[in-house]
Order: sequence, then structure tokens, then C-alpha cells
Amino acid sequence: MSQKERMSMVVFSGTLDKLMPVGIMASGAVAMAQEVEVFLTFWGLMAFKKGAAQNLPICKEFEHMGPTMMQIMQEKKVPNFIDTLRTAKELGDVKVYACGMTMDLFGLKLEDLEDVVDDVAGVGEFIEHAKEGKITMFI
Amino acid sequence: MADKTIDARGSFCPGPMMELIRAIKAANVGESVAVLSTDSGSKRDIPLWAQKAGQEFLGVTAKDGYDEIVVKKIK
Repeated sequence: MSQKERMSMVVFSGTLDKLMPVGIMASGAVAMAQEVEVFLTFWGLMAFKKGAAQNLPICKEFEHMGPTMMQIMQEKKVPNFIDTLRTAKELGDVKVYACGMTMDLFGLKLEDLEDVVDDVAGVGEFIEHAKEGKITMFI
Repeated sequence: MADKTIDARGSFCPGPMMELIRAIKAANVGESVAVLSTDSGSKRDIPLWAQKAGQEFLGVTAKDGYDEIVVKKIK
């Protein structure tokens, strides 16, 4: 086990509003000297298919605010969550894993995913790493 | 006066801090880097980062509509 503290995230949701914090939280964790491990599963993983991030919905509960949110984000040039995650990876130790089961279910290969995804992992491996961490999030 | 200034005004949390971290990594020991930020979280986050990273936080100055936050690379 490494000396650094670790934050783990399970990313299950595939809506834009819930994916934004993934990159932001990972960045904050990296700044505070944490290792970060992200496990992408189901809709969260589908959002990391190449090009998918350009066309994501907002969660049902806040759907009515979607167009306003998109407009503000474009006007203020807020980077998308993949770029934010990429910056976090450049500056710290962030590993992004795709859930093997979701990959099998939807017939996906690692090359179908954005380049920020490092590898495919099983849930057991994720838990084995996550148990060493102090912070765990389910998004 | 800092050795280098990064203008991160208009960039949102955690953008200015990430840009500063990048600049500090690239700087030489002994150099100071200032970041200009309109993000309200930066002036709280950056001193915490500096403490964690073992770099010297030199201070925040409130300017006209933005903050100037200065960190010195000491290791």
C-alpha cells in the first residue's frame, strides 16, 4: 500500500449535471495530495464512450433547467468533465477504470472509450483498492 | 512582485488552482507564481494546497473584481 491517502469514486450516473463533479472532485483530491480511483459503471461508463460527452442529458429532476444550464456553461466556457478529469490526471495520480461487466454487457472495448480511461477492471479489484481509502463517493 | 503571473480570471473552480499547481511544478525553486482568479474558492483552496504540498503561501490581495494569490516554490 502506498503512503498517499486515496479517494475512490463509483460513477454510475450518466447525466451531465452528475458527471461535472467527477472531474472537479478528482481535481480537488489531487490538489490535496490524494490518489484518486474512479470506477465507471453502467450509465457513467456509457458517458465515456468516445464522443458521448457532447450529447448528454440532464437528470430528470432538473430537466427543466437543462437549456439554461447549457447556455451558462457555454457562455462561461466551463470545460467539460472529461477535460477536467484529464487535467487532474496530468497533475496527480488518478486512475480511471471501466467496469468489466458493463463492457461485456454492451459489447464495448477499451478503444471505444475516451482516452482518459486507463483500463478495464472488475468490481473486486476496485473494492480491494477502495478499502484502503478514506473517502468514497457514489455518483 | 511575483516571478510569473498566470491570468486565470474567468476560469471556474478548480481551474485557477490547477493552473497554479502546473506553474509551480514548472517553476524553479525560489521562484514565486501569482495567479489572478475570479473564482471565490481559490483564495481558500490555494493556501490549503500550499500547506499540503509544502510550498510557501505568500498571500492574497483583493484587486478590482478578482484576487491575486501568490505562492513561492520552496522545494
